[in-house]
Amino acid sequence: MQRTRRRTDNKVGAYPHWFYLPAGLIFAVIFVAPTILSFYFSLTRWTLFDTQFIGFDNFVQFFKEPALVSGARNSIIYAIVTCSLKVILGLLLATLLTSRLRVRNLLRSIIFFPVLVSTVAVGITFAVLMHPSNGLINRTLEVFGIDGPSWLSDPNISLLSVAFVDVWKGVGLALVLFIAGILSIPEEYFEAARLEGGNWVKFRYVILPLSRNATFTVILLSFIGGLRSFDLIWTMTRGGPGFASDVIASTIYKQYQAGFYGLATAGNVILFIAVTLIVFPMMRFFNRHEVEL
Amino acid sequence: MSARRILRSWWLEVVSLLVALVVFVVPFVFILLTASKTVSESARLGFTLPTTWEILGNLGQVLSARNGMMVNAMRNSLLLTVSSVTLIVFLSAMVGYLLQRRQDRWATLASALMLAGLVVPPAIVPTIYVLQSIGLFKTLFGMILVEVAIMMPFAVMVFRTFVSAIPRELDEAAIMDGASPITLFMKVIFPLLRPAMITVIVVASVGIYNDFTGPLYFLPGSDNATVQLTLFEFQSQWSTQWNLLFADVLLITIPPFVMFIFFQRQMVAGMTAGAVKG
Repeated sequence: MQRTRRRTDNKVGAYPHWFYLPAGLIFAVIFVAPTILSFYFSLTRWTLFDTQFIGFDNFVQFFKEPALVSGARNSIIYAIVTCSLKVILGLLLATLLTSRLRVRNLLRSIIFFPVLVSTVAVGITFAVLMHPSNGLINRTLEVFGIDGPSWLSDPNISLLSVAFVDVWKGVGLALVLFIAGILSIPEEYFEAARLEGGNWVKFRYVILPLSRNATFTVILLSFIGGLRSFDLIWTMTRGGPGFASDVIASTIYKQYQAGFYGLATAGNVILFIAVTLIVFPMMRFFNRHEVEL
Repeated sequence: MSARRILRSWWLEVVSLLVALVVFVVPFVFILLTASKTVSESARLGFTLPTTWEILGNLGQVLSARNGMMVNAMRNSLLLTVSSVTLIVFLSAMVGYLLQRRQDRWATLASALMLAGLVVPPAIVPTIYVLQSIGLFKTLFGMILVEVAIMMPFAVMVFRTFVSAIPRELDEAAIMDGASPITLFMKVIFPLLRPAMITVIVVASVGIYNDFTGPLYFLPGSDNATVQLTLFEFQSQWSTQWNLLFADVLLITIPPFVMFIFFQRQMVAGMTAGAVKG
């Protein structure tokens, strides 16, 4: 009796709560406190010197000003476009690179490398490659007799052009996640598919349904990333032309630069709410529909 | 006959490799070529070999521009990355370990906070406000704390998963031998976390080194500029000197490239592990 009690005491004593303390302190001050404060500051007119409580005026303004509304809409478009392209391309590439293709490791490395390159560097490079008259992309199209568009200065496509570069940079991450998912599928399923028929059966009835967990992960990561994205858009277009490629994060930066701290924080709260409303239900759904292998 | 057989069995390899080269490698070759040209030649933005290779001169000019601002920025980036990653490894390992070993209400709270940290976008201006009130705005130390807070959730997830594979009997044996909690952690657990540590180190250091938004908000001013900020500034300043701009791009891409060459496996493992259980 005595002995067991001592053992449990020891067990708890071996894991003291103060191990949380240093990390918890930093996280509380730098992340939790500002997040909570943001709800208050979003309701104020806030300058460098003082704050004045103005209720929901910032939010009203956010939804009345066309530039800010289009930022919110663009964030959602951007998230949906980049997310779906990463899922589709990532899954197809992963299927190819888990087959018996002899150059699969080399290809995986080539596609993965851009994930590690600085977003600013990628943005600068593609802004030049997408130059309307001298850029490599349009010059190549010209060889095939195609008159390439002004990728970044045409307001109708500038957001999509940036989204395309985002996919170029990020598809390698989706790829390695899908490869990990496919490799965790037990070999029996592939055997069965081989007996039943060819590659289509393998893809449609084994890979597609059984890599669902990886699909969920890729969707979550790229959707969150898409909603929050800022660096690439900022280095490639600064939100332009006009407000054509502005997203929530870039309007936050512009309001901050202009000294409208309350408005900028309201933008942050809107982003917070959008992410929470979309992502947490998604997570719950995904957790319920996980496949057991 | 045999050529046709080779073609038939290798066509998929050849086609996919060609596509990958055009789509993923050509942009990097373009960076290298443009960084090697003279000003006037680089202005044509062509995908051609330089008539004279000026790469060393261009890199030298980048490094000496604005009184060696680039060298200063490299020092800042190095300092920021190394100190943040060191803190992240120690602090997150402690949290991940405790979370896994002692599943109580605090562990539930910590897990929920880590999940929130992965999903919720940081509140920018209030963070500046908090940093300013504790006197750390525009300081490297403040920036380090921000990077630690941002990267911690990912690191904790990796460590927690890894700790669950270390048998508890090991802890108990150490306690029997009279080890204190801190000795148990530092002498028994921490050394066993090496693979997870490498993963966290490579992923976090690339992420922090490449971070642009963080320094843009929390570390403005040219004294503190990191390499990403310098590159961004040079983008508008050198819009007519493409050779220098791309020499800078090249310079900044070298550290991640070196990491990639040596740690590709750990990096892929880390990004997969950090993401799978969210």
